[in-house]
This record gives sequence, C-alpha cells and structure tokens, in this order.
Amino acid sequence: MKSVYVRPLDLRGGHVDLAYGGGGRAMQQLIGELFRQAFDNPWLARGDDGAVLPELAPGERLVVSTDSHVVSPLFFPGGDIGSLSVHGTVNDVAMMGGRPLYLSAGFILEEGFPLADLQRIAESMGRAAADAGVAIVTGDTKVVERGKGDGVFITTTGVGALPAGRELSGAFARPGDAVLVSGSLGEHGMAIMAQREGLAFDGDLRSDSAALHGLAAAALAASPGLRLMRDPTRGGLAATLNEIARQSTVGIVLEESALPVSPAVAAACEFLGLDPLNLASEGRLLAVCPGEEAAPLLAALRAHPLGRQAALIGEVIADPRCFVQMQTTLGGRRMVDWLAGEPLPRIC
Amino acid sequence: MKYVDAFRDGEIARTLATALAREVRPDRTYAFMEFCGGHTHAISRYGVEDLLPRNLRLIHGPGCPVCVLPTGRIEQALRLALDHPVTLCVYGDTLRVPAAGGMSLLKARAMGADVRMIYSATDALALARREPARQVVFFAIGFETTTPPTALVVREAARLGLANFSVLCCHVLTPPAIRAIAEGGPDGEVGQIDGFIGPAHVSTVIGTGPYAPFAAQFRKPVVIAGFEPLDVMQAIRMLVRQVNEGRAEVENEFTRAVTVEGNLKAQALMAEVFTLRDSFEWRGLGVLPRSALRLADAFSGFDAERRFGLEYTPLPDHKACECAAVLRGVTRAWECRLFGTVCTPETPVGACMVSSEGACAAYYAYGRNRDSGADVP
Repeated sequence: MKSVYVRPLDLRGGHVDLAYGGGGRAMQQLIGELFRQAFDNPWLARGDDGAVLPELAPGERLVVSTDSHVVSPLFFPGGDIGSLSVHGTVNDVAMMGGRPLYLSAGFILEEGFPLADLQRIAESMGRAAADAGVAIVTGDTKVVERGKGDGVFITTTGVGALPAGRELSGAFARPGDAVLVSGSLGEHGMAIMAQREGLAFDGDLRSDSAALHGLAAAALAASPGLRLMRDPTRGGLAATLNEIARQSTVGIVLEESALPVSPAVAAACEFLGLDPLNLASEGRLLAVCPGEEAAPLLAALRAHPLGRQAALIGEVIADPRCFVQMQTTLGGRRMVDWLAGEPLPRIC
Repeated sequence: MKYVDAFRDGEIARTLATALAREVRPDRTYAFMEFCGGHTHAISRYGVEDLLPRNLRLIHGPGCPVCVLPTGRIEQALRLALDHPVTLCVYGDTLRVPAAGGMSLLKARAMGADVRMIYSATDALALARREPARQVVFFAIGFETTTPPTALVVREAARLGLANFSVLCCHVLTPPAIRAIAEGGPDGEVGQIDGFIGPAHVSTVIGTGPYAPFAAQFRKPVVIAGFEPLDVMQAIRMLVRQVNEGRAEVENEFTRAVTVEGNLKAQALMAEVFTLRDSFEWRGLGVLPRSALRLADAFSGFDAERRFGLEYTPLPDHKACECAAVLRGVTRAWECRLFGTVCTPETPVGACMVSSEGACAAYYAYGRNRDSGADVP
C-alpha cells in the first residue's frame, strides 16, 4: 500500500480551524506535529488517553492542583501564557510542599488563532516544563468558534510528591511566627497592566513569572517547622495574607519599610494610584515559619537565585478579628484589606 | 522616587507629631475636614491619624469624584449604555458606583453594554477618531482637576468636526460644595468643623483666591495642602495655629504647586468650553445651585444629553444610607447601620463606599483596626 502523503501543518501562515478540534485527522496532526514535539516525553509519545505514572517513594503522598490561564495579552515582557500556565501550576504544587512531577494541559483554542503563535506558546510551555523538571504527560484540545474565546485558554493540572512527615497549610500560622517574602512585589501584575492598557512607562516592567520548585525546596530544607508557603498571585500579597489570617484565625502585622518593591513598580503604582500589595506576582513565594527559624529561612531564600531580594516583612499576632495590618513608613498603622474587585486606577 | 519619599519620611512625621501635640490646647477639641478624596486616601493609607493628638479629629469630606455622583446621573449613563448603540468611556472607579436595584456600569457591561475603562479623556477621543462608525461617549466626571482635560478633547473634537464623539458632562465645582458643607445640610445639621484642609490638585487649577470669601464669611480657616502625608500633617498644624490665634484665613501649604491665581490657561479653557448649570444634584449634599458645568452653547453639539435626548430624573438614595451625614461630619462612617453589614466595598450601597477615597471605604479598607468599637469581620 502507498504511504499516504499528509501535508505538514503550516506553522508559518496557518490558522486554527474547527477541524483541529473535531477529533479527526487534523486534530491528530496538530497534537502530533505541534504539542508532542514541544512537550516531548514518553507518556505523550504513546498517544494513549491518559498516562500511567510510576509509584511514589514510600511515605510520599500526592499533591494535586489545577489552574486556568486566560491572560491578555498572550505574550508579555518576561513570559507568555505558555510559560505562565506551567509556572502557575508548578508553583501551586510547590507551595504545598510538593515536589512537582507531572502536568496535564487542556487547550481551548479560538478559530482563527495563528498556528505560529500556538507553536510559540507550546514551545514556551515545553521549555518551562523542562526547566521545572516536570513532564506534560496528557492533554486535551478543543476549538471554539471565532468570537467565543480569546485566542487561547490553557488549563494545567499538576501532580507532585509531598515528602513523608511534611505538611503545609494556610491554617498553620501561629502568633509569633515570621512572615517572609522571596522578592519584590507586583511585577507580573504591573507588567501585564502596562502592556494591556498601552501605558508607556519608562523603566523595566517585566513579569516575574518563574517556577518556584527550587526555592520552595530550599525553604523546606532550611525551616523544619515551616508552616506554609503561598505564591501571591491574583489579589497580590494583601489577598494572600488575608486568606492566611482567616484560615489560621490570627492577625498579621507587616512592616511597610521592609516590603521589597522595585522602583519601576513603585513609580507605576504612584502614577496610577495603585498599591503594590494588590498586584499579582508569578514568581515570588510567601513563607510563614516559627519566629526562631526566620533567620535561617531568610538566609536560605537569599542564597537562591530567585530569592536574592527576600525579606522578613512581618509577624503573626493573636487577633480573633483576623486583621492584616501594616506599620507604615510614616509611623501609623493601617489595615491591609482585600481589594474589592479588580485594581482600578483612581481618578485624581 | 526621591521626589515623593521626602514627603513620607517617618522621622519628620514624628517631629511634626510632637510639635502638634505641644501646640493643641488640651481644653478643647479640634475637628478639621479634608475636603478631597486624595487627602482621605493619603491619611488612611499612611495611618496619619495615629500621629495626631487625641483631641483632634479629621472628617473625611465629599471631594471624591465618584462619591458625589448622584444615583440619577449613573442611571443616565446606564440608560445611555444599555439603550443606545454607543461606546461609553469611563474613568476606572466610575464602573462600580451603585445605581438603583444593585445596578452599576460594571453590571451593565456584563449585560452586553459597551462600557470601556479609560485612563484619560484623550483615550476616548482617540477611539472616536479611530472608529468613525462608532458613537463614542465620554462620561466626564470630577472636579476642577479633570475638567480641563475634558475641555481640551471637546475643543479638539470640534476642530476635527468629529460627529461620533460626545460628552456626558457631570463635572462639578469645589467652592460651592465647601460652602454647602459650612452652611449645613438640608436638615440644617452641621457637625463640628473648625477648618478645612483645602484641595491639592484642584487648587493648582483654581488657585487659592476662590476660598477667600468663604473663609471670611464662615470664619473658617482653609489651608491648601499637597497630597503627601507630611503635607497633610503640616496643614493640620497650620490650621491648629489659626484656630488657636482666632484667625480664619486662607493659607497655602502646597506652595510648590499652588499659586494665588492658579492655572490661568486651564481656567480660560474651561470658561471657553463650559458654562455653569443652574443647579446640580450631588450625592450626599442635595441640589446645589451653580455647582456644576455643562457644555457651552458653542459646543452643545457634543453634549450627549442633547444628542441622545437624556432626561435627568433624581433618584432617592437608600433610606438607611447615612452618606449625607457622614460627608458633613455629622455621623461617623461606622455609626451608620449599613456600614460593614450590607454596605461593603464589594456591595456598596452609599457612594462613600465606592472608591477608596470615599469616607466609608477608606475607613473600611484602612481604618477598621482603629479604636472605634466597630468590629467588622
């Protein structure tokens, strides 16, 4: 029998059409030529409906987390939706104390989306996954009609292994604990906002998007009593701390002068009337540890390339009202509340 | 950020606080209103009140552009956005202002209205130029600070002969509002107000002149202050001195930006493009004569109220809402029984809860930890 000629995907000028989600040959081709190439691992290469994963070490438990990514613009200074979709989920697993191992990825593509962009995104995901030491072992692709999506949406689910004897939770913070953050705040949020709204700021506004598994491992090693880790994404540090205060029924007091904020983000916030505490980071971790472990934890974070600007920013106090407060540089003390809705620029 | 950090210095703040504590008379209380939302925000954000003497309190005034917008005006914008094929361009925090029945422009957007957030009036004009087939309406709100930019785009639209651009003009004026507060509300109630911290950015435009007749007539000192926390503290100190010495003058703390005559160019521009409305309804202050602007006759072709035949119907605020009393310093935010229960930043009932510059929202977001007896979870 003659081997059937299949025209390769036009990865330069082609676009996603409805056939790519139809379950037919076109979809197979998209998966084969684009995703399998970019993600390159034996599980995906088998082409099964799912992946059978090896056993964990004795005593280890599974950590699972999932995250959907709908960022606009898809490409931004410091990353793109592909790398972000890997970092976001890898980080969620790592914040739970888990060693990230595998990812699944679900794509919702909009009809008309350029294949070249899709390839760029897939390759970025592949690189991010390889850097984070995880494999994208299974996935799914759907195509929606033009106008019913925003180019591409990506949902990733991550699986990791939690070492025996460790457990972290937002409910574990206790009065006297120290609050640390691994680097400057709000860089992702401000970079996206500046790009999205076409705000031309001088200075270097780049997303901080990064995989935190290495930094998280260093934190776990340095602080045997580590209570919890979180990545302050949507809602920023303010939302994350308020969640923790609620979960643990404690209060938290921050020291404003200790908060790491880059000059570029501080200036942009000043201009727009925004607070860096409300802006998302995608490559920073927040850690709460017993007070006496703060010094070794801080040293360990600073020793890691992603944690050079780590800082001790506050402490946990007893407060049944679960208030997060901040000692301001001026000498006053104010609440740090959740933001109501999206951060919107103030008028004057 | 050298240029602002100097005005937030903790050490200078402590020195000022000590001086203030020395200068206030222990046998009396002091109540000063900061008119502007910008000041409210700075006071709350930096915890300025913690540095003030116990017998001195600040009343957060109505100078927040979105807070003074009455329900009827939001309703007008909603009708425009929902019933007409237009693109409505609005400043960010206008989106959340509550209207009747839990509606807001944000909700209208979810219902399919084309409402877009813009950063400056020129963004709206640019959109109209880019897409001539689209009717673009700019929902122009704010005090004298945001008025000159609106004037500029209206004049530019006229120069270009743009047929698809118009303005729903809700610009309001500061001096009539301050006067209304000093005169007391509709019910005649006046809280203790011993002086005013005058607006920063507004005063760069209108100058210090317009406050003089007011200070003289009502015997209330006014100190124009910048928006940084140390500006506010210094202005408070100047007010305390005036009160102690029995003076009621207009003084200028914000000399690095504000002059007596203000920005004459901006004033001329405003005079060219706008004219006074006979009266305008304010949220919390009621109907105030000659307190707001509409487009002058020469530019009436760009008036969205005319172009789309929008009538204005005043709508009553929520019965239990005490914004009106809060804005005049008669009631404190946490004393309102809606505060923190049904009225929160997520579900604002009254205007003061909408923007972080509003008296209630500022207290909710930044000040709940203060000694008030208001234990809101």
